[in-house]
Amino acid sequence: MNKQMIISGLLAFSVFIGINNTAYAAQYKVDVQGAHAFVQFKIKHLGYSWLLGRFNTFDGNFNYDAAKPNESQIAIDIDVTSIDSNHAERDKHLKGKDFLDVNKFPNAKFVSKNITFTDEKNAVVTGEFTLKGVTKSISFNVEKIGEGNDPWGGYRVGFSGTTSLKLSDYGITYNLGPASTHVDMALHIEGIRQ
Amino acid sequence: MIKNTEQSYGLIAIILHWVMAIVIFGLFGLGLYMVELSYYDAWYKGSLDLHKSIGSLLAILLLIRVFWRTVNLQPEHADSSAASIEVKAAYFGHLALYILMFLLMLSGYLISTADGRAIEVFNVFSLPALPFSIDNQEDIFGEIHFYLAWTLIVLATGHGFAALKHHFINKNNTLKRMLFVSK
Repeated sequence: MNKQMIISGLLAFSVFIGINNTAYAAQYKVDVQGAHAFVQFKIKHLGYSWLLGRFNTFDGNFNYDAAKPNESQIAIDIDVTSIDSNHAERDKHLKGKDFLDVNKFPNAKFVSKNITFTDEKNAVVTGEFTLKGVTKSISFNVEKIGEGNDPWGGYRVGFSGTTSLKLSDYGITYNLGPASTHVDMALHIEGIRQ
Repeated sequence: MIKNTEQSYGLIAIILHWVMAIVIFGLFGLGLYMVELSYYDAWYKGSLDLHKSIGSLLAILLLIRVFWRTVNLQPEHADSSAASIEVKAAYFGHLALYILMFLLMLSGYLISTADGRAIEVFNVFSLPALPFSIDNQEDIFGEIHFYLAWTLIVLATGHGFAALKHHFINKNNTLKRMLFVSK
């Protein structure tokens, strides 16, 4: 190997690192292993109370750098079959054809297209959400809860976001009553810097 | 006669047989009907509670029936000239009906108790859940319950036609001795 090749190799490598630094902020993995992340839903029951549930299995990654917050990105995959409303018969119904039809559509996902911070803590996230085979562009507010070193040598940052989804937008037309046409989704995540 | 004899069935066996037959076909219809009800149907909740309650009582009847069958003598074959293959088919057919009934009730129980909740039987007593469960238990046993129910109904219908065949074609008392208590 001659000198020129080594130099150009090193140059290419440094350029690669440089691109990497500008294009991506710090990489975070959602802490699903330690279960410091939750995908919850709530929907009105008959208009008289709130019914809460969650998806137990999901995974995700995001990029975030406090210095360049608007370059953030996030992608979350949800295993829809893991729906848990603390009632097996209801979960069976929700997984069935009347609602989520999980045999045909076992996964839901959200991929951000644009994240714009309005101040240090608050941002508007826009991206594509896929549920029951329907992909729609949605926009919702997220709040940064906190960021810093953890006691075990890692670095963490956490966000919360909520949005309201119209069930019929995603092909769920089962009549739950006029008070229950929308479901509120909440995402509470903590990421560990990679 | 309360008990079975060498020739015929006793009152208890006859009552158990027909009550269970009627209830099983009734629960099958109720089951197919209730899963089609929508949330705002008045009977959406009641139909399921009824299905579970009656199903639980049916399971108790099945235990009584199996107990009664083991402590009681079985009448001899109605048709002593029947081919041995026919006798064998009848034996395994009846055995299959018992096994299907048992598995059907067990699978129903495992759907409703998948989250550890007990089954409330007519709000009189409750049937507790097992202390353990498997992933997606309600879905897995929901499928099993559905196919077992159809299998049992098809086999029970065949059982009925077989009885009619013995009555009208072979002209023996297979059906009659399950209908009337002999003197």
